[in-house]
Order: sequence, then structure tokens, then C-alpha cells
Amino acid sequence: MTGLKIDNLTIHHQGAALARLHGHIPPGQVLTVMGPSGSGKSTLLAALIGALPPGFSTTGSVTLNGRAVMDLPTQDRRIGLLYQDDVLFPHLSVEQNLGFGLTPGIGKAERRAHIHAMLDRIGLAGLGPRDPATLSGGQRARVALARTLLAAPEALLLDEPFSRLDQALRAQIRALVFELAATLPVILVTHDAEDARAAAGPVVDAMGNTLSL
Amino acid sequence: MNVAARALGLAPWALRLGLGLPIAAGLAGTLWPALKDHGFQSLTAWPGLPRAVALSLGTGLASTLSALVITFLLIGCLGGTRGFATFRHLLSPLLALPHAAAALGLAFLIAPSGWIARALSPWATGWSDPPDLMILNDPGGLALTAGLVAKEVPFLLLMALAALPQTDAPRRAAIAASLGYGRAMGFVLTTLPPLYARLRLPVFAVLAYGMTNVDMALILGPSLPSTLAVQITAWMAAPGLDHLPTAAAGAVVQLALVGAAMALWRLVEHLTAPLIPALALRGRRGRALDAPLSTLARSLALLIALGLGTGLAGLVVWSFAGLWQFPDALPDSLTLKTWAKAAPDLTATSLTTLGIALAASLAALGLTLATLEAEARSTRPLRLEPLIYLPLILPQIAFLPGLQILALTLGAKGNAATVAAAHLVFVLPYVWLSLAPAYRAWDARIGLTAAAMGVSPARIFWHLRLPMLLAPVLTALAVGVAVSVGQYLPSLMLGGGRVETLTTEAVALASGGNRRLIGAVALMQMALPAMGFGLALALPRLAFANRRGMLAERGPA
Repeated sequence: MTGLKIDNLTIHHQGAALARLHGHIPPGQVLTVMGPSGSGKSTLLAALIGALPPGFSTTGSVTLNGRAVMDLPTQDRRIGLLYQDDVLFPHLSVEQNLGFGLTPGIGKAERRAHIHAMLDRIGLAGLGPRDPATLSGGQRARVALARTLLAAPEALLLDEPFSRLDQALRAQIRALVFELAATLPVILVTHDAEDARAAAGPVVDAMGNTLSL
Repeated sequence: MNVAARALGLAPWALRLGLGLPIAAGLAGTLWPALKDHGFQSLTAWPGLPRAVALSLGTGLASTLSALVITFLLIGCLGGTRGFATFRHLLSPLLALPHAAAALGLAFLIAPSGWIARALSPWATGWSDPPDLMILNDPGGLALTAGLVAKEVPFLLLMALAALPQTDAPRRAAIAASLGYGRAMGFVLTTLPPLYARLRLPVFAVLAYGMTNVDMALILGPSLPSTLAVQITAWMAAPGLDHLPTAAAGAVVQLALVGAAMALWRLVEHLTAPLIPALALRGRRGRALDAPLSTLARSLALLIALGLGTGLAGLVVWSFAGLWQFPDALPDSLTLKTWAKAAPDLTATSLTTLGIALAASLAALGLTLATLEAEARSTRPLRLEPLIYLPLILPQIAFLPGLQILALTLGAKGNAATVAAAHLVFVLPYVWLSLAPAYRAWDARIGLTAAAMGVSPARIFWHLRLPMLLAPVLTALAVGVAVSVGQYLPSLMLGGGRVETLTTEAVALASGGNRRLIGAVALMQMALPAMGFGLALALPRLAFANRRGMLAERGPA
């Protein structure tokens, strides 16, 4: 079965259920989790990525393209992650940041070609040698997206990735993300209804209840 | 990869053993001969004991209390002003200053033939020869106390400044001021209690050092009787093994004294703590205190800065001095003769010192990094801090005699590797203190982002965390080198006279009269740590010259 299948995933802390998610996200669909801060959205993302702090436990199961992922370490889950900050590695150039994400075992020339093709696709051709700190906010967001996708994830988690961008840039970057991730199941965590509408998929709260916009 | 991950899991145990074993062995090795060979009987038979005990307690408590009060005075009255920022920048390099060099500088300043006497002679004093006064090595230990205060105020001040942001000081000061409180009174009522709570460990380290140090006490302190620690060292160094039990018994007494002093300190803390809320309840605004107190604070800051500064300048001038007769303020001529003559020995000693410092600091850095990384990857906190801080609070003189006896039995005494291993015990806490906050503050999302891309933990460590933390890592290494270079007792006791470091050399020369040579050795002793800090500042700037995000994220000073 392709896509991300979440079967009654529940996160517990000290006996209480903090967050719950259930459903099947086929490739190309965006599931939006909406709610105010502190509602358990980031706990849900941490559980899916495999980075729950000690003291939390989960029940239920998650399969990605047929693989059960909840018992795997973060490295082996193949779930990409984008934060609201770009979290670019400050000591590496734009190119090196992208190269860091690229899967190993590809020849040097081919790596360069991959990186340059990706820079082209995100409209930053020629900016490879630049220091990430010298890029604009929109450019940095694009690089972060490109880096995540070069690691060839099978699903994508977006943790309020547009909330730091201004209005005009926001729609632009959002469109780019959904365009480049068109073949992946995507979970978008946001508190912005505009993001949820643009995602054009089902919308739930952190307890898995369906919301209508 | 799996082997590496398993080795990493052993790092916390290596650290526990590396610190715990020498300390336990040293304490046991000290206690055993003290009990077995009537050490306590011969110790109590020594007539100088009561005086030595009083000196140890007196100089330790007086210097710690003064340094703490001055630290609070400086922060409370001058904190936040522009002059204070300058003063702070002047202070930071003083941390790298070895105790012995500071003591020698001060000795050159206040000795009967020192710069102060020269500046006042003969026009004010009428002296044409150095007076026969016991200013240095005074029997009451005043010179020693002053030296300790001058050296420890910069340390406590920097510790306090590092802790200050956690006390929300600026907002508290603003609120106190808006309620009409004077600056000093506002500081005492709102910021001092939480600040002191965070300063207790450094204060106890200062107290333990003040009571038990040997290098500063040999240079500035009284003799016949000297402080207890100096006397123990003399017994340890005496030819033959006859005095070993006495020395060991003295070390046990010294340890008990430090414990008693800390207990007394806690008791006074406990008794004085209610005074501050009581003062707050009275509502006195204390505006009139600000002017005199800030004048006092400024004068004390100036005195300490001038004392250390001119003392160090004195070392420099002496090392280049030609003929320099009393009461001339400056030498007749400057010459490179001292340096040229000392160069062969000085080079060898400097290389030994540097080799030991690098070995101990690199080992400490490796252990610290491996343990912090193991902690970052484990789900439980490791709670290593109490053990790591133990060597800061435990007096060296209490367990080094035991270690010396152990090294002697194992035939390991007198080689540089043994000295470096002993240094590791004292270098590790400072390397840890310097690196751990930055290591733990590293943005975990960076690691998680990389992990989500399928990057292994080892690759995250070597390619992301370590390069991003280059500045704090190099600073920690420089701190380690500075601490190792400044060590006197471990080098003396485990080197057994066969391993000469700059510090043992400087202290050994102090009793002789060759000021030119003392100046040169002390200068080298300062130069090594200074070079370390210089490199720690310059290298990250060089490596990340084209990475603005890295230069903004400098580690804590």
C-alpha cells in the first residue's frame, strides 16, 4: 500500500492521551493538522519523526509505503522534515548544505549535477557557493526545502514552515513546496487557516477530529 | 561504526574512573601512612601547628570573603555602565594568568625594593637602600591575602557575570529603580540572593584554593611557620621518607580544615540569609549609599587592575633590565642578555610545560566531548557534575601526597606522562565547565533535520556539531592549557624534581634573588596560555571568515 498509513497513533504522557492521528495519506495529498500552540501538534510531529522526549509513549502504528516505521530510528524512517526556521547549517555553503542531504553512493560529477538541477528548480541557479547567512528569508526557505527533498524522503512533515515569511512570499513558497512534493504524502502542521485551504486536503486537530474550514 | 557507538557508551565510565580513581587512591594513600606510622603524633608535636592552622583558615576565609564582597560591590554599583564593559574586557585575559605569575608580579611591586618603594624613594621616604621591612612574607599573611584577593576577584567576577543573565538582573534593577530604590540597595534586595546561589561552587573553589594553595603562599606568604599547606609540601619534599607520615597527617588535618571552613561558611550563609528579606520589609531606599559605594567600587577596581597590571609590567621590565639600582624607578638600560642566557633552559622547560599541557588538555577535551555526546544520545541525564566538580573543591594537598606515594610505589614518579595524568584531574573540570553549556545549547533541530535526511549520528557529530562548536571547543582547549600551565603542586609532587615546568621553575626561583630570570620565566608562564587563547579566538574567525552565521554564534566568553 503506497502512502503514509496512520493507524490510531496516540501519544501518551503520564497516563493521559496528548495527541491522536488516524488516516491514510496517499502520495500527493496533504493532511493538515490545525490548532493553537500547545495543543500537541509538535508532539505529534516528534512522534512521527522518532524524536519524542523521554517520558512520552505511543500506541498505534504507522506504515510508510508498506514499511512499519515507528520502531525505526529517525535515520531509517525516510520522513523529511521542514521547520518554520530554515535550520540551514551555518558553517556550510548553500551547495554543501544541499550535498549534505543528498543520498551517498553517487559519483562526484553526478552529485554536482543533482545539486545544480535542484538549484535551478528552486530558482537559485548560481547561488551554490554562497554563505547561507547572506541569502534572503525566501531564498533560505527554498534551500531548506531543496535540502530535504534531495535526501529522497518518502513522506514530508511541515512544521509551520511558512509562518516566518511575509504575506507575499508565503503564497509563493507554499506553492513551491506543494509543487515539489507533489508525489509525496505530506503532513502540514499550522495554525493558519490560509495554509490549510491552500493545502486542499483533509484538516484535523491534534486529537484527530475532522475540522471544516 | 557499531564499535565506535559502543566505545562512546563507555565514555562516561572512563570519565568517572579517570576522576574518581586518582581522587580515591590519593585520599586513601594519604590517610593510610598518617594512621599507620604515628603521623598524627609527630604532627601534634610540631610547635608551629596552631599558628599554621590559624594562617590557613585566616588567609583563606579573609581572602574569599573580601573577593566575594568586592565582586558584589563591582557588579552592584558599576554593573551595566560603559566603564564596566571596558573593565570586563580587561579582566577576561587575567583568567589565563597563572597564580604564580600574579604572585611574583605583586611581589615585585610591594617588596621593600619593589616599584612602590622605588617610586616613593628617596624623596618621600628618605631611603637610599631598600628598607629592612617585612612587607612581603609578613607573618600575619596580609600580603598573601591581598594577592589571593587580586587573583580571585577577576575569577569570581567572570563567574558572576556568566550567571547574571539567569537572574533576570536588568529587569529587576529597573523595577527596583522605578520604586525609588538606590542602585546598590536594589541590587542587594533583588539580585544578590539568586546570584549568590549560582555562585556557591566557584566561591567554595576559591575558599579551598585560598586555604590550601602552595605556590602563592610560597611567594607571598609567611615562613616559620608558613601556612599548613606549605609545611606539608616541605615535609613531602624532604629527603628520605621520614617525614612522610607527618605530611600525610597534615594533609588529613588540612582536608578537615577545609571541610570545617565550608561548614562554617554555610552556617553564616544560613544565619545571614534572613537579613535581606528583613531589610526589604523595612523599605529603606538607600539612595544615599550609591555615591560612596560606587566611589569605593571604582577605587577597588582601579587598585586591583593597577596592582596586577603594574606587577606584570614589572616582570617584563625586569626580564629586560640591565643595571637597575635602588631607588631608580627604571633600569639604566634595557638588554636581551637575560633572555639570551636563559634561552636554552627556558626553551626546554617551555616545551615540557606545553607538552604536558597539551596532553592533559587534549585528553580532557576528548573525554568531555565523548561524554557530552553520549549524554546527548542517551535518553537519561548522566548526573556527572558532582564528581566533575569535586577536584575544584577538594584541596590538592589532601590527595596529592597519596598519589605521590602511589606513583613512587609503581615506579611512575618523575616522568612527564605521570605529571600530565595528574594534571588531567584538575584540567578536566575546567574544560567541562567551559564546554558543556555551549555543547548542550546547540540547536537540536539541526541534528534532527540531518537525522531525518538519513544522516548517521556519527556523521552529525563530526560534520555538523563539532565544526559548528569549533569556537567553544578551542576555547575549552585553551582553558585546559592555561589551567595545566598554572599547576604547581601536581607537577612538583609527581615530577619528583625531574620534571621541570615553567611554574615549578618560577616558584623555585622566587626564593632566590635573580629578578631578571624570574621575570623571564614568569613571562613565558603567561605567554603560553595567552597564545592558546589568541589561537582559540583567531582560528574560528579564519575558518569561518565567509560564514556570517558562524561569527554571530560565538560561544560564551
